[in-house]
Amino acid sequence: MFLTLSRIIKYGIKNFLRNGWLSTATIAVMFLALFVLQSLMVFNVVAKTAVTSVQNKIDISVYFKSDAPEDQILGLKKSLEGLSEVEKVSYVSQDQALTEFKAQHADNAVVSQAIQELGANPLLASLNIKAYDPKEYSAIAAYLNNDSLSALIDKVTYAQNQTVIERLISIVDNAKRGGVALTIVIAIIAILVAFNTIRLAIYSNRDSIEIMRLVGASNNFIRGPYIIEGVLYGILAGVLSFAVAIPLISYISPHVINFIPEMNLQTYLAANFVRLLGYQLLFGIALGIFSSFIAVRRYLQV
Amino acid sequence: MISFQNVTKTYGKNSIALENVSFKIEPKEFVSIVGRSGAGKSTIIKLLVGEEKPTSGRVFLNSCEVNKLKYSQMPLYRRQIGIIFQDFRLLNGKNIFENIAFALEVEGRPQKEINEFVPQILELVGLNDKLYRFPYELSGGEKQRVAIARAMINQPEVIIADEPTGNLDPFNTWEIIKLLMKLNEMGSTIILATHNKEVINTLGHRVITLDQGKIIRDEEHGRFVLTN
Repeated sequence: MFLTLSRIIKYGIKNFLRNGWLSTATIAVMFLALFVLQSLMVFNVVAKTAVTSVQNKIDISVYFKSDAPEDQILGLKKSLEGLSEVEKVSYVSQDQALTEFKAQHADNAVVSQAIQELGANPLLASLNIKAYDPKEYSAIAAYLNNDSLSALIDKVTYAQNQTVIERLISIVDNAKRGGVALTIVIAIIAILVAFNTIRLAIYSNRDSIEIMRLVGASNNFIRGPYIIEGVLYGILAGVLSFAVAIPLISYISPHVINFIPEMNLQTYLAANFVRLLGYQLLFGIALGIFSSFIAVRRYLQV
Repeated sequence: MISFQNVTKTYGKNSIALENVSFKIEPKEFVSIVGRSGAGKSTIIKLLVGEEKPTSGRVFLNSCEVNKLKYSQMPLYRRQIGIIFQDFRLLNGKNIFENIAFALEVEGRPQKEINEFVPQILELVGLNDKLYRFPYELSGGEKQRVAIARAMINQPEVIIADEPTGNLDPFNTWEIIKLLMKLNEMGSTIILATHNKEVINTLGHRVITLDQGKIIRDEEHGRFVLTN
């Protein structure tokens, strides 16, 4: 058993080295496939972050009339928090709004002077509402558009921003759906190309496989070396594609940050180094073994 | 030792390769099977090797009924026979040593034995100086001698040769035939399919003559006669 296994490994490595060109070509194609898969993985992380980033920017605010009593506002806050769609409600009182406003315009002498001259606080208290899903805003807006609340509420920003929010929702939805579809299609193409390359490599060995059967070799003894070769293809292609990806990611990382400040690819890479490399190897090896297994099986009929 | 009992093999509906063929081969016999191309020589060999199954009838090697062997039993069965082909069928990716060693490795024989046996057998076929050459570096005659070495290394009871000299010049043909005769003297049963008239007539052994899938002659000291 051990003897057979060591012979299988020995021949797998020997075949791999002897068919230098074939091995190189196969690894090159597998490298491309794995690189594409890896790019898709990174792309999905970026897209997800971008989508979340956009989603986080959507919210609606409710501005209360200046004479609205605070305890009623807080009561409404509590009831809003009770809604399952609502993720977070934050209350900004009139004073807080003024402090923030002042801080924002601290270096603008005209604005601060105007406020001082006004005497009274011109700003309104507000509730800032964030939903789990941007689609829920219309429901929340409808909830607020209630006659019993109209005495309290000055305005709800949803009405003004409705078209923008709806457009953003559709962009986010399409990005998600498109991302998934694109990933699946490209991944399938990459896998098929790699699979076919290995099949071709083994096709050139179909006579040998038949001869081995006729000489009385068991299927495992015939298949073994090809599977070892597949594993070697996978490991080398995986390492190669990862080695190429690292400098590439470092290079594009600053450009990505420009678009999506939350997405630092370099930190992502550093944090997920082992996981990403592991995926590459696992994917490469699985692809190699699977392709070899299927390809050899065809010629084991004799 | 080998027996065909009313064996018929058809491919499709209209193509009859063998029709109701029966014969027996005793241990240590040297039997030639002759006939035109398409007479059924290769079919007999394919049935014996288990590459094909008969449409009807039974094929025996000793007590083993070849036509009933399962796919998974084939490797073990085939280790009892040595096969030589017209087109040599060496493993092109392996050198000569490995090609012959392969027949021992499939049986799981220890490396020590392999290192000892392979050079011995190559000496017997006169190729002990080409141990680490690859098949593409050898001539046709040399390749066929490697194939014979591979077929005989695990000392099978039967050696089956399907047109082994078909691709060789007269000189190499005789080298190969002499080797087969030597193996026969050493105790192996030899089945030789050929359409080489000279070889048959010189051998003077048993000859089974096929024509259109039927045995038309089976003579103890046969000659190559195809005219009816």
